[in-house]
Amino acid sequence: MSGAEFTGGNRGLLSDTLADAKAEGRAALIAYLPAGFPTVDGGIEAIKAVIDGGADIVEVGLPHSDPVLDGPVIQTADDIALRGGVRIADVMRTVREAFEATGKPILIMTYWNPIDRYGVERFTAELAEAGGAGCILPDLPVQESALWREHAHKHGLATVFVVAPSSKAARLAQITEAGSGFVYAASLMGVTGTRESVGAQAQDLVERTRATGTGLPVCVGLGVSDAKQAAEVAGFADGVIVGSAFVKRMLDAPDEAAGVEAVRELAGELAKGVRRQA
Amino acid sequence: MPSEFFIPDPDGQVPSAEGYFGAFGGKFIPEALVAAVDEVAVEYDKAKHDPEFARELDDLLVHYTGRPSSLTEVPRFAEHAGGARVFLKREDLNHTGSHKINNVLGQALLTRRMGKTRVIAETGAGQHGVATATACALFGLECTIYMGEIDTQRQALNVARMRMLGAEVVAVKSGSRTLKDAINEAFRDWVANVDRTHYLFGTVAGPHPFPAMVRDFHRVIGVEARRQILERAGRLPDAAVACVGGGSNAIGLFHAFIPDADVRLIGCEPAGHGIDTGEHAATLTAGEPGILHGSRSYVLQDDEGQITEPYSISAGLDYPGIGPEHSYLKDSGRGEYRAVTDDAAMQALRLLSRTEGIIPAIESAHALAGALEVGKELGKDGLIVVNLSGRGDKDMDTAARYFGLYDTDAEVAANAADTAEIEGDAK
Repeated sequence: MSGAEFTGGNRGLLSDTLADAKAEGRAALIAYLPAGFPTVDGGIEAIKAVIDGGADIVEVGLPHSDPVLDGPVIQTADDIALRGGVRIADVMRTVREAFEATGKPILIMTYWNPIDRYGVERFTAELAEAGGAGCILPDLPVQESALWREHAHKHGLATVFVVAPSSKAARLAQITEAGSGFVYAASLMGVTGTRESVGAQAQDLVERTRATGTGLPVCVGLGVSDAKQAAEVAGFADGVIVGSAFVKRMLDAPDEAAGVEAVRELAGELAKGVRRQA
Repeated sequence: MPSEFFIPDPDGQVPSAEGYFGAFGGKFIPEALVAAVDEVAVEYDKAKHDPEFARELDDLLVHYTGRPSSLTEVPRFAEHAGGARVFLKREDLNHTGSHKINNVLGQALLTRRMGKTRVIAETGAGQHGVATATACALFGLECTIYMGEIDTQRQALNVARMRMLGAEVVAVKSGSRTLKDAINEAFRDWVANVDRTHYLFGTVAGPHPFPAMVRDFHRVIGVEARRQILERAGRLPDAAVACVGGGSNAIGLFHAFIPDADVRLIGCEPAGHGIDTGEHAATLTAGEPGILHGSRSYVLQDDEGQITEPYSISAGLDYPGIGPEHSYLKDSGRGEYRAVTDDAAMQALRLLSRTEGIIPAIESAHALAGALEVGKELGKDGLIVVNLSGRGDKDMDTAARYFGLYDTDAEVAANAADTAEIEGDAK
């Protein structure tokens, strides 16, 4: 697999964006929002708003009926999106419109079965064509990922793997070798959701991941919800990933417009956080 | 002395080292669970070759569970099965009332070997939950059972049993509020508490090594049945019949017969209100290959990979997935799978009760209904072994409502209304 096969996808933009943040001496802010939540158009507005507020990169969730790695907040949002009838075409439109409006790297985060069923070639081709930068597939472990990576690479898409506090050194080496874009370091053992504090094991995991010698940026997700936590994580990671806190703001808002403003505001606070570095 | 009751697959041709049964199986799990699942695989492999493990498990299977289980001929029932001879493998007579205890005791021993102090499990009908709660009481392990909210209602007796045994029972309110959602919630718990917790998975699905390990713990069912039928009937059966939800009791019965090419292996899936209605849980009949709960197998799903909500009157079969080895048996042609409606299963439940004095679980009644069909196809020279995987005590409320067995008309009407509500929720 050589770089000459690149067509379409915005993997390069993702790497450049992370490199630019590093050059500015700060961590990147990565936001997660599910497509189709609360509506497809409302979800697109929310993504534009978090980027306007200061997010550098957005992960668009492709809702799944059985989100086993998500806590109650994202489960609820996925439910709303699926009951609203969201389809993969809507997710692709979300990626396209978000990218075209902002020029920022947009990834999809989802479970493996929807892609397996849709067809790997069809999915990667459409995502690249929509301007997507890559995918995070937390239930597709590296040893099952060869077919996915072949097609993702062909279409210029990054494959972001998750590492966990339980990952041992040999495993970290295998994952960082296979991955591209960045490494998603799960700050704790658990599902998505906001936490009071981000565990000390997050820093240890980032250090162990870097010790593999990988050149990939290491970004930390799970549990980060406010500017103070973002600053703390920015002190040791290349990127700070925030999901449930955004979704919760949307869920708690009295209407869609208020939700969009609420996530814009939170993105602004977090963007200050990643520049402060505790 | 070789183990008599813990009899893992001697060939080990499937699964592969990566956990594949042909195109099915594997390990589709989050990174946070990789170390724990690998630990289970390594520890199980060690245990499998450790005579002390086999001795300890054998001892429990004999003196605690009551193995070997009987093989009972049911001639009055068989009169309705075209005159074929029908024998029931009586897993309902095991301690706790179903086959589930075979696997649970094996994994409970494994939990202790891994030094873990807490066990979680999913349950549908409550039989796996009761067996797990039982083993945890026996071994002094902390126990949390996840059960769909609908199932806690239709299997209330088993909820009380689990609590009596000291387990915490969590009613899962997400999704279809049945077995699938209980497994989702158990996985969420496991990811968060994996350092001290073993997920005592109850069927032959899930990530490798669970499909092979759970099969090995249940393999004794078929090994005994094969020996018993040879003694009793002087020949191998024409068919081995079992109900299939996740597929643990079926694979337990089938596995020892796989090399016997003339023995048909027939799995009976829940057709619910009928395959055409869309309200069923007949995964092999109506599903497509996909990923659910950690492995590739047939799955009930839509065209974009969203899992569709299953329905069955039987909580234990109300699951949109199936163990990967069954998918492999189906595609290779070695296994045959047919669908049995709620009504056919309930009629078979009553028939066995009234002709033989044995009240089966609604799950097992699907196999009995299948055996009635198979018997008619085979005719009077036919010989069938049916796995009676569980007893029906837990189902008396559902059965009483179905057949109108409660005393007063008012009560019957009220209860019928409740049933309608439960069925409506599952749609």
